[in-house]
Amino acid sequence: MEDIITVFRLLLLISLVVCAIATALSKRVMTALIIFTSYSIVMSVVWLLLRSPDLAITEAAVGAGVNGVLFFITLRKLHLIDKDYADDEEGKIDEGVNVNEE
Amino acid sequence: MKNKKFSSLLKEWYEGNLSFDERMDSDIHKKETAETEEKEIRLVKDVEKAEKELTSKGYKFFSVIFCVILALILILTVNFMPLFADDSTPTANEVYEHYVGEGRDQTGAVNTVAGMILDYRAFDTLGESFVLFTATCAVLLLLEQSKKQKVKEKESFTFSNDPIVCTIVKIITPIIIVFGVYVLFNGHISPGGGFSGGSVLGAGFILFAMAYGEDNAAKIITPKIIRVITICSLSFYCLAKSYSFFTGNEFNGIHSIITPGTPGDIVSGGLILPLNIAVGLVVCCTMYSFYMVFKRGRLD
Repeated sequence: MEDIITVFRLLLLISLVVCAIATALSKRVMTALIIFTSYSIVMSVVWLLLRSPDLAITEAAVGAGVNGVLFFITLRKLHLIDKDYADDEEGKIDEGVNVNEE
Repeated sequence: MKNKKFSSLLKEWYEGNLSFDERMDSDIHKKETAETEEKEIRLVKDVEKAEKELTSKGYKFFSVIFCVILALILILTVNFMPLFADDSTPTANEVYEHYVGEGRDQTGAVNTVAGMILDYRAFDTLGESFVLFTATCAVLLLLEQSKKQKVKEKESFTFSNDPIVCTIVKIITPIIIVFGVYVLFNGHISPGGGFSGGSVLGAGFILFAMAYGEDNAAKIITPKIIRVITICSLSFYCLAKSYSFFTGNEFNGIHSIITPGTPGDIVSGGLILPLNIAVGLVVCCTMYSFYMVFKRGRLD
């Protein structure tokens, strides 16, 4: 049983690192946002395994819930997410803010 | 138009009372627009030049080197830290022994963390609550728009037309809010407390606003209610902790009427339960007003 938990912990920690790197490297903003949210969920499980369930509750509520919603609203207002979809339809992905907006 | 004073004209222009033609009918404005166009073209060229510089190979090389060195320094620092839950760590001293050994009897809280942050170190938590309050004020100052400024159609979007979000949120919101209240009221018995319960509650209210539309949510949770709840919670925290600070002194002859009670009961732990509720309400109001201000630019 101990070995299984150790393997589980290692998997969680590796996935934390992978999520962190993938957030920085992903070109589409929406993808980065979703990976960042999943980072928070993995982190809340890690808090639980470190025996601090109160932090796990807070991390799940703030990191995965409220933070994600606030990021989503901000990116939507900056038209970064809409641009993702538009480029997706054209079949190409471009970075950066749309300068010629209006 | 010429009779008007310049300052009043400027004010009107700023408030958007003048129509676009009125603003553009003078020759000065035409000259200005030509100049601004030139400036814009120059600006775009500058930006393109800067982008080329940023994407050049030397810049990329040095940024990668810088990041690698920074990461190495951080990893080396982590290496110097003591092992997790090691007996020889500097934190394993008599303070920790006192908190774990006598905390339950002294504070009446089964959850030692709650006894620590809301009894032994209550002023610390007061400061954290005020940080949240200040954050709300800062967000309101920076992002609040007046009612006159209409949100553009492109910028306004709503989740309440989405059938999937709407249906699921309507089922799940009451459960989340009840769980948040449970975490809040059991802060001194089970894991959780003010910050956890408050953030869960805030997330529940945000979901509520998402599903039923911000207009309907703003009718129920008005800015006045948010203001009153936040100010009352913070003042109550100050007064309650001042009382226990004053009566905690054994030499002035006043004894505190607050007792720890039986550890494990729902009404126990002295001031911990009401302080938990106060902190939770502040956190909940902060989360909700963040969402409303980010989404609509105002609370109502």
